[in-house]
Amino acid sequence: MGRYFLRRLLLAVPSLLGISVVLFTVLALAPGDPFSDMALNPSIPASVQQALRAKFGLDDPVWQRYFHWLLAMLKGDWGFSFISRIDVNKLIRQRVPVTLAVIGASQVLALLIALPVGIYSAARPYSWFDRIASTLAFVGFSLPTFFTGLLLILVFSIKLDWLPFVFRTDLAATGWLWWWHEIKQSIMPVMVLGLFQGASWTRYVRSAMLDVIRLDYVTTARSKGLRERAVIMKHVVRNALIPVVTLVALTMPQVFGGAIVTEQIFRVPGIGSLLIDAILRNDTPVIMGVTFVFACLVIFFNLIADLLYGWLDPRISYR
Amino acid sequence: MRSVSPAAETWRRFLRHKLAVAGLLVLVVMVLMVAFGPFLWRLSINDIDFTARLKTPTLAHPLGTDDLGQDIFARMLYGGRISLAVGLAAMLMAMIVGVTVGAVAGISRGPVDAALMWLTDLFLSLPQLPLLLILIYLFREALKAAFGPEIGVFILIVVVIGCFRWMPVARLVRAQFFSLREKEFVEAARALGASVPRQVVRHILPNSLGPVIVAGTIDVAAAIIAESTLSFLGLGFPPDIPTWGRILFDSKEYLDIAPHWALFPGTAIFLAVLCINFVGDGLRDALDPRKVL
Repeated sequence: MGRYFLRRLLLAVPSLLGISVVLFTVLALAPGDPFSDMALNPSIPASVQQALRAKFGLDDPVWQRYFHWLLAMLKGDWGFSFISRIDVNKLIRQRVPVTLAVIGASQVLALLIALPVGIYSAARPYSWFDRIASTLAFVGFSLPTFFTGLLLILVFSIKLDWLPFVFRTDLAATGWLWWWHEIKQSIMPVMVLGLFQGASWTRYVRSAMLDVIRLDYVTTARSKGLRERAVIMKHVVRNALIPVVTLVALTMPQVFGGAIVTEQIFRVPGIGSLLIDAILRNDTPVIMGVTFVFACLVIFFNLIADLLYGWLDPRISYR
Repeated sequence: MRSVSPAAETWRRFLRHKLAVAGLLVLVVMVLMVAFGPFLWRLSINDIDFTARLKTPTLAHPLGTDDLGQDIFARMLYGGRISLAVGLAAMLMAMIVGVTVGAVAGISRGPVDAALMWLTDLFLSLPQLPLLLILIYLFREALKAAFGPEIGVFILIVVVIGCFRWMPVARLVRAQFFSLREKEFVEAARALGASVPRQVVRHILPNSLGPVIVAGTIDVAAAIIAESTLSFLGLGFPPDIPTWGRILFDSKEYLDIAPHWALFPGTAIFLAVLCINFVGDGLRDALDPRKVL
């Protein structure tokens, strides 16, 4: 197990490097650089421009610039935000907890929907419950997150006036009241993400259950007189969940995409809305930093998927 | 026994899936509307009329008007063309790249296969939406200058979305190739002296297309969502090209006084995606030979 873990950990390093290469190449290929505006400015003499470009290494070959950037990233020097006027890593560190909280809560909600509904559907395939649940799941993952977000705002903020539609960080209340407001303003973003994920996972859970429920050992369990409940919960669910666990971890990139949209709709101050703001305002260091954080999170969850898979399924050999 | 061509058999099986048939019908209606609608509904998409701002649906404007008094129905008909075209074109892009990579990896063993699969895995673990946003932000101006605003953004969005969706197809094709290339009929072709490209194009590829078609259908829906997401974030098409996502983006500030403005394009996206997903589901059942229908 320990060696398996180490091997997986080592395999994550080249993927991170690969992603950093892709990221850097994209930015290097893009037309224009931070100093391209300077060339248009007649009050800066050409010699000064040349000196500045040389100082920041803009005319070095691409690979040299890449290693420079990589070294700086590894040292924790992520650059300085043009707009917010603080270090990028500080800025990101402020924003990451909010994103993780919203994503975490929505994943819990998604699992709370997907597990019971998927298991119950698969236990009675093609029953009325199953048909309605499957159709609703289909509708759920065909609804784009930006549209569900607007619909929820329309219903719960504008028509019913129950929930605030702008996420605020400067809540005046303290103690329990603060928690109450915090929960109230988080409900909609969490619902949007959670319902979408819940819908697609319901389908995964159901089909994984149906794959297992036909196997011979389940028939054996039934024929030795176990109650149906015990057969489903103890024998089927445990094995059916193995592929689902991996899928949950592997859909993380998609979840982060959804989180960007949701944060933008509800103005949640997480790294997703930070990324959009940075893109709209040409804040390149922040863009690089946030994308890299997203990449790290994705790789981290892939690693977790591998490890969980190895741990849950003893048939996987730890090589 | 009457002989039935594979296509006719698939069609018969597809017709068994009621929701898929309904989805296909709705889709056909939508495509006809965006294809011919602008010729029949002659209101211009950018006629500004300040006397008719933010009107709820009436006979003159069946889907109401926006903040400049422009007819939303006309804008949706026109924008729908682009939304659906982006979906189709991006799917084709993803299919071409995916089938090529999958076929090359599937037929060649050893290092080529390993390298291509490493690339596929790398692309799968990229954070897609952030990269999409960055690519569009970086290359939008250059392509706009090269091809004009409409075509430039269209090419960019199609290529970028296509480049992020080919990986599942490549994996599918590769897996199919692995099992098919050992089958007797391929061996027979090989024994008859068929070259490798001929084996691939004439014998292996046509037999591996079933799952690819299903994946392609679902990809159209995913590409439509991706395009509307980009437009919704303000990073897709410019305001004078009213794709459904773009109309939603423009409408969200007026949600409290003109909800109809957001509801119609949102519903259109949702309906298109839902119907495509249903059709994909129907095709999956129809093309799966193990499933008795």
